[in-house]
Amino acid sequence: MNYVYLIPLFPLLGFLINGLLALSFKTRSDEKIPGMSLVSWIGCGSVGLSFLTSITIFFKLLALPAGERVVQKIAFPWILSGTFHVDIGFLLDPLSSVMILVVTGVGFFIHVYSTGYMAEDKGYARYFSYLNLFTFFMLMLVLSNNFLLLYLGWEGVGLCSYLLIGFWYEKKTASDAGKKAFIVNRVGDFGFALAVMLIFWTFGNLNFTSVFENAPQVLAFGGGLVTAITLLLFMGATGKSAQIPLYVWLPDAMEGPTPVSALIHAATMVTAGVYMVARCHALFLLAPISMGVVAVIGAVTAIYAASIGLVQNDIKRVLAYSTISQLGYMFLACGVGAFTAGIFHLMTHAFFKALLFLSAGSVMHALAGELNMQKMGGLKKHTPVTFWCFLAGTLAISGIPLFSGFFSKDEILWKAFSSSSGHFLLWLVGVITAGMTAFYMFRLFFMVFLGKSRMNPHVEAHVHESPKPMTIPLIVLAVLSVIGGYVGIPKSLGGSNRFEGFLSSVFEGGHEVSAEATAHAPSAEYLLMIISIAVVLTSIFLSYRFYIKNPDIPKRLAAKYKTAYNILSNKYYVDEFYNKVIVNPLLNLAWFLWKKFDVLVIDGTANGIASLVKWGGGVIRKTETGYLRNYTLSLIFGAMLILAYFILR
Amino acid sequence: MDWIIPAVNLKLILPEIVVCLFAILILVTDPFLSKERKIWSAHLSWIAVVIAFIANIRLWNLQEATFTNMFLVDNYATFFKFIFLAGSFLIILISMSYLKREEILHGEYFSLILFSTLGMMLLASGFDLVVIFLGLEIMSVSLYVLAGFKRSDLASNEASLKYFLMGAFATGFLLYGIVMIYGSVGSTNLGQIINHITSNDAGSNLLIWAGAGLLLVGFGFKIASVPFHMWVPDVYQGAPTPITAFISAGPKAAGFAALLRVFLFSFTTIKMDWTMIVWIMAALTMSVGNIVALAQSDIKRMLAYSSIAHAGYVLVALVAGGETGVSSALFYLLAYTFMNIGAFTVVIALGRKGQDNTKLEDYSGLGSRSPILAILMTIFLFSLAGFPPTAGFMAKFYVFGSAVKSGFTGLVIIGVLNSLISVYYYLRIVVLMFMQAPVTRTDNERIKVAFCAILVLIISTWAVLQMGIFPQSLLSLAQASVSSIF
Amino acid sequence: MIGLNHFLTLSTILFCIGIFGVLTRRNAIGILMSIELMFNAVNINFVAFSRFVTPTALVGQIFAIFIITIAAAEATVGLAIVLLIYRNFKGINVDNINIMKW
Repeated sequence: MNYVYLIPLFPLLGFLINGLLALSFKTRSDEKIPGMSLVSWIGCGSVGLSFLTSITIFFKLLALPAGERVVQKIAFPWILSGTFHVDIGFLLDPLSSVMILVVTGVGFFIHVYSTGYMAEDKGYARYFSYLNLFTFFMLMLVLSNNFLLLYLGWEGVGLCSYLLIGFWYEKKTASDAGKKAFIVNRVGDFGFALAVMLIFWTFGNLNFTSVFENAPQVLAFGGGLVTAITLLLFMGATGKSAQIPLYVWLPDAMEGPTPVSALIHAATMVTAGVYMVARCHALFLLAPISMGVVAVIGAVTAIYAASIGLVQNDIKRVLAYSTISQLGYMFLACGVGAFTAGIFHLMTHAFFKALLFLSAGSVMHALAGELNMQKMGGLKKHTPVTFWCFLAGTLAISGIPLFSGFFSKDEILWKAFSSSSGHFLLWLVGVITAGMTAFYMFRLFFMVFLGKSRMNPHVEAHVHESPKPMTIPLIVLAVLSVIGGYVGIPKSLGGSNRFEGFLSSVFEGGHEVSAEATAHAPSAEYLLMIISIAVVLTSIFLSYRFYIKNPDIPKRLAAKYKTAYNILSNKYYVDEFYNKVIVNPLLNLAWFLWKKFDVLVIDGTANGIASLVKWGGGVIRKTETGYLRNYTLSLIFGAMLILAYFILR
Repeated sequence: MDWIIPAVNLKLILPEIVVCLFAILILVTDPFLSKERKIWSAHLSWIAVVIAFIANIRLWNLQEATFTNMFLVDNYATFFKFIFLAGSFLIILISMSYLKREEILHGEYFSLILFSTLGMMLLASGFDLVVIFLGLEIMSVSLYVLAGFKRSDLASNEASLKYFLMGAFATGFLLYGIVMIYGSVGSTNLGQIINHITSNDAGSNLLIWAGAGLLLVGFGFKIASVPFHMWVPDVYQGAPTPITAFISAGPKAAGFAALLRVFLFSFTTIKMDWTMIVWIMAALTMSVGNIVALAQSDIKRMLAYSSIAHAGYVLVALVAGGETGVSSALFYLLAYTFMNIGAFTVVIALGRKGQDNTKLEDYSGLGSRSPILAILMTIFLFSLAGFPPTAGFMAKFYVFGSAVKSGFTGLVIIGVLNSLISVYYYLRIVVLMFMQAPVTRTDNERIKVAFCAILVLIISTWAVLQMGIFPQSLLSLAQASVSSIF
Repeated sequence: MIGLNHFLTLSTILFCIGIFGVLTRRNAIGILMSIELMFNAVNINFVAFSRFVTPTALVGQIFAIFIITIAAAEATVGLAIVLLIYRNFKGINVDNINIMKW
C-alpha cells in the first residue's frame, strides 16, 4: 500500500512520454503516423499498470479488518505557508479504492478500444497523451486526501475534457462545444472554490479526515454555514456532473471522439460530482436542506433528461441525455442518504454506459461516422458482436432483473422510498424515469439494430464489424455489465450485499439511515420491485410496438401532440433560453465594456502608464553614459547621501 | 607580548582548502598541457567544486569558529557555500564549450573561477572584517581578470577596465568604513562589534554610523544596488557570457552574505535603525532596474538590469529582517542562481564564434528553430518574472510575505508593481520566440548545444521547477540556516 | 604633540585627494594611482587607530599590511588590464573607452 503513489504516477509518465512524442511528430509531415505502436503501448500500458496496481492495493485493503480500511499516505508536503498546510497525500479507503478500480479498469479498456478507433487519426499521439493526462488528474481527484488536491484534480479533468471535446479543433462545432463545456464548468467550479475557501476559513485545515472529524463539533446541525458550504459544493457538482441547471454542456460534448465520451462524459469525470458529494457526506448529513436540494435536483434532472432522450435522433445525444438522467439517479441516492447505493450505481453505470458509448462508436465506425438513427436499422446481421454487446448494455441500463443496472437502480428506488429522508414522490419520479429510460434505450436499440435498413445504399455496402482492439473491450465491458451487479444483491433477494458492507465503514452516518429503513417489511420492497419491473417491461413493449411493429405510430403521435413533441425535441428550449437571458446580455455587456469602457478608459490609462514607464526607461537609460567618471560620480553621490542620512539622522 | 599560536581546526575550512589547492594545481599543471588537453583543467576544476561540495555537506549543522574567532562555520555560511559551489559548478560546465568556441581555452580561466569561489566562501564565513575584506578582494580581483578574458575583444577589455576601476574605488570606501568601525570599537571582530554596540550604547556614536554607511556603499556596489549599479550593464554586456552569468549569480550572493551578516548581526536594528535607507535603496533598485530594462535591445544588457532589479527584491528581504526575512533572502538567492544561469545558458547556446547573437531580434522565431531551447528559455524567463509554478514565484512570494509580516506594506506594493513592469520585458522575448518569424539570416544552421550545456539546462530547469512546485524542502533548509546570525 | 586627530585629518585629506583624482583624471594610470592614495589614507588611519585606540593589540597594523598586499595585487591586475587597453584602444584615456553605454 506504500506504492499507492504509483497509481497516478504511471499515467503521468505516459502523458509526458506521449506528449513529447506528439511534439516531435508534429514537425514531420509524413503520410503515415510514425511510432503508432509505441504510443499505443505507452498509452495503454501506463493505465494497465496502474490498473494492476489498483487491483493489488484493493485486495490488500480487503485483507485489512473492516474497521481499519482507511490508509493515508503523505507523499510529501506541498504548500506550507504560515498555518496553511497542504500535503500531496493519498487517502485510501473503500470509497476511493472502488473509484480507482473503476477509473483505471474502465479507463484501460477504453484506451485499448481507442487504439482501434483512432487508428486513422493524425493526432494519435496527442490523443493518447491527453487521455493519459486525464487519467492522471482523475486519479489524483479520487485519491486525494484534502480539498485542495481534489480541486487540482477537478480542474485538471476539466482541462482535459476541454482539450478532448475540442480534439478535432478544426471543426467549429467541436471547438465551440469545448469552450461551452469549459465555461459552464467554470460556473460550477466557482462555487466549489468558494466552498473550499469557506471550509478552510471554518476549519483552518483542508484535510478530509480532520475536517470530517471536526465537522460535528464545529458546525451546528442544519446551521447556515454548513448549508452554505454544502450547497456551494453541490454547485460544483452540478457543473461537473451535468445536473440542472448546468447540464447544457454535456450533450454538446459529444463532439469529441466517442471513446472520450465513453471515458470522460459517461464513466468517470462526470461522476466526479457524485464522488465528491459522497466523500463529503459527513458535511452533507449535517445539512438536511442541502440533502433535500440534492435529492430534488437529482430526481428532477433524472426525469427531465430522460424525457428529452425520448425523441432525440442522434445516437450519441440519446446516450448523453441518458447519462445526465442516470447521474440524476445517483444524486437522488445521495440526497436521501443512500450514498452506498449512489456509488454502486456509479460503478454499474460506468460499466454499461461505457459499453453503450463504445458500441455506439463501433456503429459509427461501421457506418462511416453516421450518427442519425433514422439512417440506420438492421445492423444486427452486419455487426453481430456489437449487437450482442449493445443488447447487454441496454438490458442493464433498463433495469431488467439479473443485469447489473437492476440491482443498483432498484437499490436507489427502494432507498428513495424507504429512507427517513426519502419521499413517495421521489420514488414515483424514479420509477417513471426508469420507464422512460427503458423506452428510449430500446427505441435506440430497435432503430439501430433491428427492423428494415434505412441506410444509404452506398454506406450499406461498406458496413463491417469493428476490428479486434475494439470488440474485445466491448465484450469485457458487456460481461461486466451483466455480472457487475452481483456484488450488491440486496438482502431481501437472498444476497448479502457485500458492496454495501464494504463501503459501510466510509458511510457510517448515512448507513444508519438506511439500516433503520431496512427494518420495514421486505414485502414492501418486493412490491416496489415488482412495480418497477412492470413499468420497465411495459415501456419495452411499447417501444417494440412503436418502432418494430408499427413504425408509423411515432410519426402520428408526433403530429398529434405537436407542441409536446417540439418542446421535447428542442430540449425544452433551454439552450435558447440561456442564450437569450444569460449569454446574449452578457455578450452585449462584454461588447460594451470592450469597445467603450475597455478600449477608451482602461486601455487608455494602461497604455498611458505603460508608455510613461517606457519613456522613463528611455530617459533613465541615458544616465548610463558609458563614461567612467559619471559612474564614479554616482557612487560618490550615493555615498554622500547615505552618510548624510546616517550622520544627520 | 605573548604570541599564542591559535588552535586551528582544518576540518572547518576543508572546502576552502580544496578549492584553493585545486586552483593552484591547475595554475601549475596548465602550462604543461598541450593545446588539445587544456580541457583537463576544466575537468579538474569541476571535480574540485564537487569535492568541496561534499566536504561542505559534512559541515551542515555545525557551528564552530576557528582562527581566533575570525572564521565561523554555521549553517548560514554553509548554505551560502552551497549556492556558490552550485553556481560555480554550472558555470564551469557551460564555460567549456564556450571557451572552445571562442578559442580562448586557457587553464587559468578555471583557476580564476576557483579563486573567485574561494573568495566568496571566505565572505560567507568571515566573522571578522579582515576576513570579509580579504574574501571580497580575492573574489573581485579574479573577476576583474575574468571579465577581460576575451583579450582581443574591445568590449571585454572595456568591461574589465571599468569593473576594475569602479571596484577598486568602491573598495576604498569599504576600507574607510572598516577603519572607522575599528577606530571606535577597537576590533574588527563582528562579535566584539555587536558587544560594543549593545553594551556601550554606541548606537549614537557618529564614527560607527559613518562606518556603517561606508560599508553599505562597499557592499551595495558588489550587489549592484542603486546608486552603485552603474558598472553593471557595461560589465555584464562586455564580459564573456559565462562570466556574466557567474558575476550575476555567485558574487552577488556573496555580497549579500556579508551584507546580511554584518548588518543584521552586528549593526542590529534594535540599536541602529538603518532600515529607512535600505528601504529607499530597495525601492530605487527595483524601480531603476526594471524601468531601464524595458528600454534595452540587447539581451545581456537587459538581463543586467534585471539582475539589478532582483538585487532590489532581495534588499526587500533585508529590510524585512528577522528570521523569515533572511531565510526568504537565502531562498531567493538560491532560486535566482539557477534561473539566471539557466537563462544565460540559452543565451550562450545561441551564439557563434565571434558573434554572440545577443540582440533581441536574434530571438525571434526561436520557437520554430529550436522548440526545446525556446521552451526552456520560457521557463527561465517566467521564473525571473515570477510566474507560478516556478522558483521565481515562490521566492518573490516568500520575500514579499516576510516584508508584509514585518509591516513594510508600502515597499511590497512597489515591489509588486515592479514585478508587473518586469513581466513586459521578459514576456517580450517569449513573444518574439514563439510568435514572430525568424529574421532572415545567413547562418540558419541548426543550433547545436554541447553536452555540458544540456546538463546545465536540465539541472537548472529541474531546480527551477522543484523550487517552484515543491519549495518546502529547500525552504526548510534556508530556514534552518538563519538562526545563527541573530 | 601630534595626536590622533592630526592623523585623522591627514588621512581624510588624502582620501579626498584620491576621490578627486578618480573623478578628474582621464588617464587610467592616474585613476589607479588616485585609488592607491585612498588605500593609503585608510592605512594611515589603521595605524593611527592601532597606536592610539588599541595600543596593545596589533590588529590595525596587521590590517594595514593586508591592505598593502592586496593593493599590490590589485595594482598588478590593474596595470595588466591597462596594458591590454593600451594595445587594443591605442591609448589609455578613459573617455575614449566607451563603446558600451545606455
